[in-house]
Amino acid sequence: MSASHSAQDMQQTLLKQARWKWPEILFWLALASLYVLFPSKLSLLSEILILALLALSIDLVLGFAGIVTLGQGAFFGLGAYTAALMGKWGMGTAPLSDPLIGLIGAALVSGLVGFATSFLVLRGSDLTRLMVTLGVALMIEELANKLKWLTGGSDGLQGVLIAPILGNWDFDIFGKVSFVYCYVVVFVMFVIARQFMHAPFGLSLLAIKGNPLRARAIGLPVNERLVMVYTIAAMMAGVAGALLAQTTQFASLDMVAFHRSADALLILIFGGAGYLYGGFVGAFVFRVMQDVLGNITPQYWQFWLGIVLLLLVLFIRGGLLGLLRHLRDRYAPNLMGPPSSSRES
Amino acid sequence: MSIVLETKNLSKSFGGLKATDNVSFQLKAGARHALIGPNGAGKTTFVNLLSGVLQPSSGSIWLDGQDITNWTSRRRAISGLARTFQINQLFVDLTPLQTLMIAIAERQSSGAHLLHPVGSRKDHVEESVELLTRLGLADVMTQRVGSLPYGRQRLIEIAIALAARPRVLLLDEPAAGVPESERGQILDVIDALPKDVALVLIEHDMDLVFRFAKSISVLVNGALFMEGTPSQIANDPRVRQVYLGEEEIAHV
Repeated sequence: MSASHSAQDMQQTLLKQARWKWPEILFWLALASLYVLFPSKLSLLSEILILALLALSIDLVLGFAGIVTLGQGAFFGLGAYTAALMGKWGMGTAPLSDPLIGLIGAALVSGLVGFATSFLVLRGSDLTRLMVTLGVALMIEELANKLKWLTGGSDGLQGVLIAPILGNWDFDIFGKVSFVYCYVVVFVMFVIARQFMHAPFGLSLLAIKGNPLRARAIGLPVNERLVMVYTIAAMMAGVAGALLAQTTQFASLDMVAFHRSADALLILIFGGAGYLYGGFVGAFVFRVMQDVLGNITPQYWQFWLGIVLLLLVLFIRGGLLGLLRHLRDRYAPNLMGPPSSSRES
Repeated sequence: MSIVLETKNLSKSFGGLKATDNVSFQLKAGARHALIGPNGAGKTTFVNLLSGVLQPSSGSIWLDGQDITNWTSRRRAISGLARTFQINQLFVDLTPLQTLMIAIAERQSSGAHLLHPVGSRKDHVEESVELLTRLGLADVMTQRVGSLPYGRQRLIEIAIALAARPRVLLLDEPAAGVPESERGQILDVIDALPKDVALVLIEHDMDLVFRFAKSISVLVNGALFMEGTPSQIANDPRVRQVYLGEEEIAHV
């Protein structure tokens, strides 16, 4: 009955949000089981995981901090070229061609450019930010095109050789090692993102998104936090790009192209921003729909995709995961404890 | 008593309009001061200047003898100057508990911590719960702020400001728009605020002003019109003329 007793309850309530819940564990187990269930689709599955990681990086920036970005694909491309070049220069031997060192290199380069350009998104409205991120992305795309001696230009970067993972597992043509590699790296990235977002840092981002005026009035260093999250997200996108370059042993202008940013943003909105899992759900549904609709109407599948997207955005707040939460709150409110208001976008 | 907050010849113009006109104002430690004036007298502009939301056109602002005129609102906040807003500025998608956890973490400079989940600092949780309980918000700690009644939200405004442990607290019309049934709770909270915190109450509700203030400044057209004790202000014929209706004087 005492105040301290109640404080203990409140502490449990807060800590409960950060604890792993069984649907999450099931999700990651199901994802791993795809390795056994669809051995012929492993490269597609790896691609979906990579796309999901890119969407996750947008989620940190958009779903938590509220910055609209159309430029995340640039960091993806930077990571891809960095890892590919390292592989090429290392000529298939460690340390330069080592995949893990490649990931670190990609994260550093993307993070550095992310940090440098983060100051451009501190000011202005959503529209300004959209244009600034788009502008930076277009510049980087054009740079990759122009620096032909470095990137191979429109021919792509050939001769990328990646050393075996930890000196032991070589990438095979069936994509088995690639899938396991992508799965482990994406999972580790996810755990990091999850940890950060459940920490005071993540909560402070939600405060900034909710009300920057009030955030400043309580002494919250808004700009500092935005620079931080933008840099972290750029690093994450860089890792995603590096995964693609390493597993395909190739880098091309397509990896730094504008459509990457747009696709990943669309996928995130589709799955639901601000949930951490939105990118994963979105990437899967998006690719499966692409597959199914593509079989029915090979030329017009984007039309149907557009309709589904419109319906989702117009009638359901928060994408597919928003829909799930809505249904859960309505029909099974006690299934997963009280609805947490904090993760709504 | 020492002076915690001071303005010297503070002015702010918006185009041709002088919203704040050469205001020199002093606030003593632990003061209970009210700033009154008719609508459009520039009360909120003055608060926005003090808290750093607006930059003055001329003049200076001093906190504890330090010139803070060019400080950001964030720096003023962490130096002990807190405010509430006339129109709620809350994190509507968060809970009151989360809101205070954020405010306390920022005060302790641990708001950027990445690894330990929110709630692992037991002392922060205890302080949040204690403050929310003190302000009568114990029953709604884990509800969405945006779903709470307006009066409750006004209390959260005050709770956030208190979580910064300020030495100066600017309350901008704390009871504005609150239905009669919920007003009492807000007045009780203001009455019970820590004695060492210097309060500036910006208000045009005379009930609230005379119940609570030990000194009053009257602002008219952006300029300081008069300063004095509540009885001096209430009985001054000029103040009556420019501002106070006879009716409102009647029940002082």
